[in-house]
Amino acid sequence: MARSIVQEFTKGLWNEVPPFRLVLGLCPVLAVTKSVENGIGMGVATTFVLVCSNVLVSSLRKVIPAKVRIACFIVIIATFVTVVELVMQAFAYPLFLKLGIFIPLIVVNCIVLGRSEAFASKNGIFRSLLDGLGMGIGFTLSLSALAAVRELLGTGDLTIWEKPIQVFGPSFQPFSFMVEAPGAFVALGLMLCVMNMVGKK
Amino acid sequence: MREMIKMLIVLTILATLSGGLLAAIRDGTKERIENQVLEFVKGPAIRSILEGATNDPIVDRFQIKDGDVEYTFFVGVMDGEPSAITLERFGKGGYGGDVGLMVGIDTKDDKLVGVGVTTHAETPGMGAKAKTDPSFVAQFKDLTLEDPVKVTVDGGTINAISGATLTSRAVCSATNDAVSVYKKLKPQLTEKLKEFNK
Repeated sequence: MARSIVQEFTKGLWNEVPPFRLVLGLCPVLAVTKSVENGIGMGVATTFVLVCSNVLVSSLRKVIPAKVRIACFIVIIATFVTVVELVMQAFAYPLFLKLGIFIPLIVVNCIVLGRSEAFASKNGIFRSLLDGLGMGIGFTLSLSALAAVRELLGTGDLTIWEKPIQVFGPSFQPFSFMVEAPGAFVALGLMLCVMNMVGKK
Repeated sequence: MREMIKMLIVLTILATLSGGLLAAIRDGTKERIENQVLEFVKGPAIRSILEGATNDPIVDRFQIKDGDVEYTFFVGVMDGEPSAITLERFGKGGYGGDVGLMVGIDTKDDKLVGVGVTTHAETPGMGAKAKTDPSFVAQFKDLTLEDPVKVTVDGGTINAISGATLTSRAVCSATNDAVSVYKKLKPQLTEKLKEFNK
């Protein structure tokens, strides 16, 4: 099924949005969505890696021998992840402290390798760029949405750029289960449920 | 055979290029990262110890070499005089490994200004109180450098954090370590501190 260029971009935002439709890359989705800030930071980092690796893989797709393609993809992805890690350490150290081990773990994020293998190695540079951008933005939005639900119910606040905004007022009893690990699974399950209900029509 | 060679060449070139790129970026960000680590990991401890300093202790730092070991000192200028320094030492034998401790020493009166935990892996709610509970580290304030500090169990004056004697001991040993480094390097230190007199 041939897609138009616009569809190449928008499919990552809804029809194939990574965590909720493809159900890929769940490790960061579950682990870092304690606060909206973390979610956005992780999403932006992943988007950068996705776009760069998609473009490079696509431009090298005729050179890379089929038998070692996975090794080549991993080298490319790992390079960009390390770039993100260093840049984040240099310019956003508090965020780096919060995301910690999950930044290097982008290397093994299924979305990134999945897009290289399934899309960028078979399509042109421009389409791969749009695909990576769409998927990345979709991933960022999903992380932010999930994080917003968890943070709102779990703490009653939304923290954006270090400034907590009280949404429910002081009388709200925080449902702290939501910001703990099991809450991530419950929230993700509910989000998947809502996505499927909306998508069915 | 030809395919084999092609695989080798492509992978080698890719790996070399990415290695070069990473080395370049690492070089470019190294200094900034060091500053950021100082600011966010050691900064809070340094600033709480050198409260009231009119300079920025993180900017005014210098190294002194003693044999193969290099020590970093952070200077605090109080009332126009560089009268306090802090240095970081690691206390061995904490419950979760070494405890990083910033130790502040008043160079004029030879006494402790204060201490502050920087990095640790102690149990939250127990040993981690060394960092979160100010009343524990407050005991180190104004102690003389004559006698080594010890917890009360070992015949000293420091009340250990309840349930975390190991952590408390590690903090004491880091303090003593810092004091002995200070005593040993005092001549060079005094020399260096003169540069900060304004």
